[in-house]
Amino acid sequence: MTRQQKEIIIKGLFAIVAFVSVMILTLIVVFLFREGIPIFREVGLSDFLFGREWYPTYDPPSYGIWPLIIGSFIVTIFACLIAVPLGILSAVYISEIAPPAVREIMKSIIELLAGLPSVVLGFFGMVIVAPWLQETFDLPTGLNIVNASVILALMAVPTISSISEDAIYAVPQEFKEASYALGATKFETIVRVIMPAAFSGISTAVILGMARAIGETMVVLMVAGGAASIPESIFDSVRPMPASIAAEMGEAPFGSGHYHALFATGIVLFFLTLVFNLIADYISHKFKEVGSATL
Amino acid sequence: MKGTVGFQAASRAIQQSSPDEMKRKLPRGSLRWRYLKQQIFFTVVRLSALIISLSLGGLILYITVQGLPAINWDFLTLPPTDSMTKGGIMPAILGTLYLTIGAIAVALPLGVASAVYLAEYAKQGRFIRLVRIGINCLAGVPSVVFGLFGLGFFVVFLQFGSCILSGALTLGVLILPTIIGASEEALKAVPQTFREASLALGVSKWRTIYKIVLPLALPGILTGSILGIGRAAGETAPIMFTAAAFFTAKLPSSIFDEVMALPYHIYVLATAGTQIELTRPLQFGTVLVLVGVVLGIDLVAIVIRSNMRRRKRW
Repeated sequence: MTRQQKEIIIKGLFAIVAFVSVMILTLIVVFLFREGIPIFREVGLSDFLFGREWYPTYDPPSYGIWPLIIGSFIVTIFACLIAVPLGILSAVYISEIAPPAVREIMKSIIELLAGLPSVVLGFFGMVIVAPWLQETFDLPTGLNIVNASVILALMAVPTISSISEDAIYAVPQEFKEASYALGATKFETIVRVIMPAAFSGISTAVILGMARAIGETMVVLMVAGGAASIPESIFDSVRPMPASIAAEMGEAPFGSGHYHALFATGIVLFFLTLVFNLIADYISHKFKEVGSATL
Repeated sequence: MKGTVGFQAASRAIQQSSPDEMKRKLPRGSLRWRYLKQQIFFTVVRLSALIISLSLGGLILYITVQGLPAINWDFLTLPPTDSMTKGGIMPAILGTLYLTIGAIAVALPLGVASAVYLAEYAKQGRFIRLVRIGINCLAGVPSVVFGLFGLGFFVVFLQFGSCILSGALTLGVLILPTIIGASEEALKAVPQTFREASLALGVSKWRTIYKIVLPLALPGILTGSILGIGRAAGETAPIMFTAAAFFTAKLPSSIFDEVMALPYHIYVLATAGTQIELTRPLQFGTVLVLVGVVLGIDLVAIVIRSNMRRRKRW
């Protein structure tokens, strides 16, 4: 075998493996649809998405996931209200303010927080946050929107912080120097020069943080309370989509309407995170920071 | 070049001269106000970093304090007894070990080879960019969706049933996008000149990749993969419908058996059954073991990376 032939064979092997990976990842979409689409023979798309009653085990069952969608969005939005400021400010701390030694420690802390298994955070919410909420606010249960949002925020902070930090780090040194040379303080430089220059990266960070929060399963399964109704206060229980899937898949008979409805909920969840990711990808390419080379 | 150096020095001098020197040169009131604003902002920033650190520190401390008393040799080596209100967690530890090893055995070769193709061989065009976006998006897909896929494909379609094989494959698919992404980034970080130097010496493309590029990219690939392992070990949702058993009396004898797993065991003990309060010590013990395993794995990755950064010579 000549050298060229060998090279071609090796390249071919790598191409096949890459193809297999891409195929497997494509199969995810295929099988979600294969198992999810049949539900639309029982219920129309708009009744499924906007139906206000999720009673999959009743006779006749009703498959409206609107309360689940609302639940998902509410906990995600509240989680972001906490996680966005914390995440961005900690990124500013790491990249602009912290002394080098502290910076490395802080980065490790963020990374370890990202590595904490979600079931552990959910457990923490159940044994610490829930009883505290219940006593402090005199509630029937501590498993509610507030609890889920706080714990979800902890999960979203590392995503937001690390991506924002990359964005801030990518701002050319010359920008800062120019600002200092004009007599701006460090604060003014951060707020008026660095943040605007890193804006697209920070937006990406926030969107990916939201995607992380909306798809998180164990936390909302354990601490959101599980009521499939539209909440009226922030101390109400909700049942976000991932929680519904995880809680009910075990008892949904294979091939039943309930089974297909849960897969269809998975499709909705998949598309939501897909949209978040595509927006993030679009922003980070479209509004890429211009370096000094392009000035 | 000289101009830039001078500029940097000047700007450093300006930074260092503040605040006292500058106060003398500029109107007092406004400058003081600007520094006050800066102080307030810095305090808020430091506070948020502190909140994050304290959350993690407090959480780990609490889990350690509560969980440590439960951990002893029997806890780690015996199966649960008395309908899971006593005994140990050995089957769950073993199950998590099997699932994680299985996942990495699937995802590491596939992921690294795919990354080599994408970064070194593929013609960089619109199609490859599309593939990359796809992989990137899949890295962000919720783990419960991967669980659904595992159920639909491995458990039902391929008829593996709920077992170690299905669970390990599902976890493998879950961490595949992460490993491809991390490996590709590590490969791209190797300077192009290294490849050119090797090719210019008449070395074939594959030998260049194998002897030059891969060794240099290895620490980066390892870091990404180890973080992936940590993630696989701690995930619950993907194995709930594909592998995890509530309780198994026997240890698994083949890859077609269901297993217990640490994360699922925590979930079950904390949410199901009538003895939730009674088994709190067991729950804390299990949580501590899982956190120890996962954060231990992550720390290895962090150490490898910081060593790599220190040794980097290009």
